[in-house]
Amino acid sequence: MLATKVMLEQGIHVEGINFYTGFCVEGHTHAIRNHEHAKPKRNNALWTAEQLGIKLHIIEVIEEYKDVVINPKHGYGANLNPCLDCKGFMVRKAREWMEKNGFDFIITGEVLGQRPMSQRRDTLPVVARESGAFDRLLRPLCAKLLPETLPEREGWVDRNKLLDFNGRSRKPQMALAAKYGYTDYAQPAGGCCFLTNEQYSRKLEDLWATRGSKQYELDDIMLLKVGRHLRPRRNFKLIVGRDEGENNFLEGYRRRFIHLHATSHEGPLTLVDGTVNENDLELAARLTARFGKGRDAEAVTLRVTDVQGNSRELKVAPLSATEILPEWYL
Amino acid sequence: MSHFVLDARYLLCPMPVIRTQNRIAELAPGDTLEVHATDPGALHDIPSWCRVHGHEIVTVAHVDKEVSITVRVGGTAT
Repeated sequence: MLATKVMLEQGIHVEGINFYTGFCVEGHTHAIRNHEHAKPKRNNALWTAEQLGIKLHIIEVIEEYKDVVINPKHGYGANLNPCLDCKGFMVRKAREWMEKNGFDFIITGEVLGQRPMSQRRDTLPVVARESGAFDRLLRPLCAKLLPETLPEREGWVDRNKLLDFNGRSRKPQMALAAKYGYTDYAQPAGGCCFLTNEQYSRKLEDLWATRGSKQYELDDIMLLKVGRHLRPRRNFKLIVGRDEGENNFLEGYRRRFIHLHATSHEGPLTLVDGTVNENDLELAARLTARFGKGRDAEAVTLRVTDVQGNSRELKVAPLSATEILPEWYL
Repeated sequence: MSHFVLDARYLLCPMPVIRTQNRIAELAPGDTLEVHATDPGALHDIPSWCRVHGHEIVTVAHVDKEVSITVRVGGTAT
């Protein structure tokens, strides 16, 4: 937002690009859970474009992005976040868009030293080089600390009006936002990608380990965002809705999984991911009962439906809290 | 000027707005596109995207769990 504003102040025409990888925290993820419903369900990229008065192009890169997540040349960060590869990928896609649409250069909001992996003095040039953008990549917020780029040399941009932000503090950005009159802005400290989330990364690692290969489809990574994930036995995992919003979302996957829900009490919808026997199903039923309103009842009746749509009832005793082992939780 | 329909039901945001954007890129100014979606986020995202690109929202309806938004393509389709 700020980098764009700095350019707009110089009279430069800017259009925004927002990439949808499937791991974005934005949008639907906020909409799924009930507790988020009080918040506006805005798409922050679109909202920001509106504040700036620029066009925004949202580009879906789900398939192409898989290689970034599965085979990051520069490795992962603290979790499964391939930040440097991701940055190189997105700037490359932006360069391709720039060339196709007759634009002259790319700007990003990066700040030298802001992030431990992708925004260091030694990694900023890596992004410029590996994306193929080279000196057509300008970082207006820290440009004065970096070598001159093409738009500066050509006089398209006045280098003197660019900035020299440096380090992890967001205070200079907040001060600049205040100067421009922005009191509301998104993600002052990142956090827009599930791959930076420790719990999410653990679930993705479990998915890969269980399948024996580092592959995923969009539905896989969507489901990792929703519900409690428990693996009580090696051969199956349960995805248990935590509220009505999540249950509604999981409903959409019913036909692809064995699923359970209590009929004698209110409770969650549970999807069973894996191959299960009768004993496993009983455990799944007892766990599902535990997370519903019948948790303290002597017995809970549940309906179990297989992927062919055949259903039957199971009557079980809910598991007690102590019977659910902490290591079951992913 | 023609009328088109886009089925974006059962897609989660931002996919309905991406599908809308990509379809509108193929249309001519003055054409209308009727988008059907089930993610209520589309009620916010599609009008927002239209505002920044200069397209006009003609009608918005939200019946039961389905959202229907009709967009008139503005001067440039992108």
